[in-house]
Amino acid sequence: MIALAIIIGVAAGVLSGLFGIGGGILLVPVLALVLGLDHVEAEATSLLAIIPVAAVGAWRQQGYGNLDVRTGLIVGVFAALSAIVGVALVNVLPVEAVRYAFGALMLYVAWRLGRSAISQLRADSAGAADR
Amino acid sequence: MIGIATGIFSGLFGVGGGIVLVPMLVLWIGFDERKAAATSLLAILIAAGAGAATQLLYGNVHLVAALTVGIPAVGGVLIGTWLQQRIPVALVQLMFSGLLVVVAVLVVIR
Repeated sequence: MIALAIIIGVAAGVLSGLFGIGGGILLVPVLALVLGLDHVEAEATSLLAIIPVAAVGAWRQQGYGNLDVRTGLIVGVFAALSAIVGVALVNVLPVEAVRYAFGALMLYVAWRLGRSAISQLRADSAGAADR
Repeated sequence: MIGIATGIFSGLFGVGGGIVLVPMLVLWIGFDERKAAATSLLAILIAAGAGAATQLLYGNVHLVAALTVGIPAVGGVLIGTWLQQRIPVALVQLMFSGLLVVVAVLVVIR
């Protein structure tokens, strides 16, 4: 079980580095299902585990010259504050309906990102063919 | 604006901020996928730090479990960031859009 947790931990880190996400999407399930924490504990524990991952990832990205420190700081502070609002809203909103709306919104965003990525890839390969 | 939206979504749905934040940085501010990922990680560091501090006070954090997944994940993030510099930005963006589809499905069926 520990070996499985370690393997999924590595995978979470790879996703984190590749995509700039925290990795909670894998860490929370592994903490709950493999290491046996309850849901609240798993969410809380994943936040702690994410800290060194995000710190090391941001530090490496700074080395690669990709990090916009000012934007990151501003967005991070507002995100931390407004997470409180989000948690409060869960208790007021019809969460079931909001969840479907959120899922639909994410699919729309995925389509937009995917479409622009594909047109960039096409342009790159056309450019390569010209050379 | 982006920070507020990120926080509200992550609080609402329990998704990490990054999955919401990265697309906004790309589509609204015009960051490329590397710059968006880098900046998102710094923002996540702050938000996760605040969240973890609160949860530590509530006694919900399991230190040993955090280390069990956290240490391997630090190794993973070194691999991931290294890999990201070697994959074309547009391809990273295409893979991210695939990840979004997976997360959208997970959010809805949960």
